[in-house]
Amino acid sequence: MAKVPGSADAIRDQFGPHLNFEPAGGWQHESQHAPDKLVKTHCCFCGQQCGIQLKVRDNRVVGFEPWEEFPFNQGMLCPKGVKRYLQSGHPDRLLDPLMRTDAGFRPTTWDEALGTTVRRLRELQAKYGRDAVAVYGGASLTTEKAYLVGKFARVALGTRHIDYNGRLCMVSAGTAYKPAFGADRSPIPWSDIPKAQVLLVIGANVGECAPITTSYIWRCRDRGGQLIVVDPRFTPIARNADLYLPVRPGTDLQLLMGMLHIVLRDGLENRAFIEAHTTGFEAVAESVKPYDPRAVAERTGVPPEAIERAAHMFAKAERAILLHARGLEHHSKGVENCSAAINLCLATGHFGREGSGCAMITGQGNGQGGREHGQKCDQLPGQRSIDDPKAREHVARVWGISPEELPGAGYSAVEIMEAIHRGEIKGLLSICFNPLVSLPDATFTREALERLEFFGVIDFFLSETAQHADVVLAGSLQEEEEGVVCTAEGRVVHIRKAVDPPGNARGDASIFCDLAARLGKGQYFPYREPREIFEELREASRGGIADYYGITYERLDREMGVFWPCPSEDHPGTPRLFEGGVSMHADGKCRFQLTPWRESGDPVDADYPVYLTTGRVVSQYLSGTQTRRIGALVEQYPEPRVEIHPRLAATFDVDTGDLVTVTTRRTELTLPCAVVKTIRPDTVFIPYHWAGDKSANRLTHRTIDPRSKIPEFKVSACRLAKAGQAHAQLPTATGASRV
Amino acid sequence: MQFFVDPSRCIGCQSCLNACEECETHRGVSMINFDFVDRRESIATAAYVCFHCEDPTCAEVCPADAIKKGDDGIVQSALEPRCIGCANCVLACPFGIPKLHPKRELMMKCDMCYDRTSVGKKPMCATVCPSQALTFATPETIARERREVPTNTFQFGRETVKTKVFMMTPVGVDEVSIDVADYMWEARA
Ligand code: SF4
Ligand code: SF4
Ligand code: SF4
Repeated sequence: MAKVPGSADAIRDQFGPHLNFEPAGGWQHESQHAPDKLVKTHCCFCGQQCGIQLKVRDNRVVGFEPWEEFPFNQGMLCPKGVKRYLQSGHPDRLLDPLMRTDAGFRPTTWDEALGTTVRRLRELQAKYGRDAVAVYGGASLTTEKAYLVGKFARVALGTRHIDYNGRLCMVSAGTAYKPAFGADRSPIPWSDIPKAQVLLVIGANVGECAPITTSYIWRCRDRGGQLIVVDPRFTPIARNADLYLPVRPGTDLQLLMGMLHIVLRDGLENRAFIEAHTTGFEAVAESVKPYDPRAVAERTGVPPEAIERAAHMFAKAERAILLHARGLEHHSKGVENCSAAINLCLATGHFGREGSGCAMITGQGNGQGGREHGQKCDQLPGQRSIDDPKAREHVARVWGISPEELPGAGYSAVEIMEAIHRGEIKGLLSICFNPLVSLPDATFTREALERLEFFGVIDFFLSETAQHADVVLAGSLQEEEEGVVCTAEGRVVHIRKAVDPPGNARGDASIFCDLAARLGKGQYFPYREPREIFEELREASRGGIADYYGITYERLDREMGVFWPCPSEDHPGTPRLFEGGVSMHADGKCRFQLTPWRESGDPVDADYPVYLTTGRVVSQYLSGTQTRRIGALVEQYPEPRVEIHPRLAATFDVDTGDLVTVTTRRTELTLPCAVVKTIRPDTVFIPYHWAGDKSANRLTHRTIDPRSKIPEFKVSACRLAKAGQAHAQLPTATGASRV
Repeated sequence: MQFFVDPSRCIGCQSCLNACEECETHRGVSMINFDFVDRRESIATAAYVCFHCEDPTCAEVCPADAIKKGDDGIVQSALEPRCIGCANCVLACPFGIPKLHPKRELMMKCDMCYDRTSVGKKPMCATVCPSQALTFATPETIARERREVPTNTFQFGRETVKTKVFMMTPVGVDEVSIDVADYMWEARA
């Protein structure tokens, strides 16, 4: 039974999180020694994948230098990028594989760790069937590793249950874009953003979650562009918005349909574009008829005149771009939300031209590349559908197996955890995923983990989830293995190896190859280095939607990245997809999608009258496995705070610093609050990066979108009560204590 | 190239503050002055570097003559052997820039990344700032690309201070509410 062994204190003493503030040897030591080399690579902490140069000395990353030539960010970095080097040489780093004991974890040999993992997985599969074992991957892995995880699950283990933490990220967008356009990628390169006349940013806290994109938005403003921000919170970019719409959590769909209603009512649609390039318009036009501004205002809490103005600004602009992120996507109707955004762009003809279109802002480090090549339960490399016989045949041939041996679609990430909970899945191998922090309803996740008969984890730090493991295989950080990632723009870029994994830790790819060999499938995993995986991936993706066939490492270096699809080595790549409004469907048409309204899976009522929404802060990345160990980033935002509007705070007499108990239909959580006017008075916000008694995801619910399978992180119902005084303060500048 | 500060673009990410302490000459010490203006009332944040005054008050009030201004107009940090840690400069600077580092009994402040700017690089903070609220560029570039306009003349009571660093000022901006309730439909009912 995979309960956390030993005492929590002992585990924390041994494995952290400890805070690393300074490079190896301290600041003074560091400034007296020149680095051995500067390695041009990319930041690991979000989908922007900023170019950065890592300073390396004695096989450690000891600092950074901006990389101003890289076109996307031109040297700009957020604090995560600035401090990312402090994960190298971190005292919590796993230097050996670990075996669980009654008292905790003991270091072991690779032979024992790999041998035990393979023996246990085999036993479970022999006893309960192949699908009794599942694999979790992650969207911070390089594309080579993501590809390998998918192939490993299907070929080495023969299980259909392989999914990844990108399921918590932007799958709703992908699930909406694919039927609309035939591909799941931002249709525009970011260089289009400054060229728009109107930017509509909906459900995207750009300043904190995609900081570099801010500069693109400001450049648009500098050129006279207007900014519309839709968010229940007044986010940093809202400060410069020309129009701010404080949408009630979970009602974005009403707002977008209301905007389309106004566009059609006032004849502002682009008939020529609709007729030449789309299908399905009439049905969608009919569907928005009931969404008059007054009705929409009632539901969304946005004044009718503001909705009218937003619709007019967007439709009347010659060039307009709609940007969206998790705020639109993390809903049980996340796909409908994204489809409604697409419908608005299609109806106004803002699509397939310079400075016009819609785009998802992908969140995770390799959020885009990590979903394209086969660790999604329903996809094969090249963004191919696993149900498509032609796709199965192609991939099976590249892999050297028969299509019949290739398993079909399995469960998604949340569904896998539920199958573990009900005892259907008995064994789990996980990499790059910390579900105890990142999946909704953390209490349920913990129960599930405790029911696993075998749990193997590949990780570089002992994450909260890894503490439940039977075997931990010490893997590698992003800077320790070469590969590629695909950025939010759709630009494939080269991750260079800066250092070797320390101690007895190993490159992730070689761990999978060894496991496969011990499973008797070594012939399918003959790779000696990531480049060989990439060469196979090129073939596997060839002719698919995300076609990487024409991309080589050398081209990525020379051209500072290549946008897919890139079908041949003489193809320049495709920065803007669907040029001229031509989709990747066989008929070249873009398809309007119907977007029927659904209530949230956790509705607000008299007992739970307040909306709870969750999200990120600028100094932390995802489940915090890495960033909760970096001193400066922790100081900047040390623990989660409940953001509450003064009007709501007054109803139960709390002020900044007081402890507030937030109760949902799952459980309760007590945290300090910050009273701020930058949030709707019917809504509270808690960032989710923390574990245990600070974990916002203990409060969230497991309702998922029926198609994208994304959890509804952005809407839960809660009630609030005062719980005493704490020492927390409003955010201040960090650094003071470091002086 | 000149330094331009535009607080209206600042997203409060503190990248500048974190990157400053990574500079070779003063690793571990950040010279950026960063603050939330009033987090309860607004999301507004402001990050400042030393303005490098034409007639630096900090230097004028220094009894040890430890603060020097170079021909390039950059007002240096206090010279280590001279500075007596009296904090006169800290109190006198109209912008509240210099900081006394008690452990080292030394005033330290932004020297515009002398090690970088003197070899043609941009200062660290202005390189990394994701919103380019801190920018190092030519005045022509700023005039061409920005909608805000630069000024380097500041009025403190009757005293006029001219600086090397420019501040961007908004054009034609009315009062803007930052209370979400003011934007809501219920708020009108
Ligand atoms: S976290 Fe994202 S925005 Fe920040 S430096 Fe890294 S890639 Fe750039
Ligand atoms: S801003 Fe303050 S510290 Fe900088 S030169 Fe002027 S007086 Fe001195
Ligand atoms: S880096 Fe730029 S946006 Fe971030 S706090 Fe500093 S000035 Fe503001």
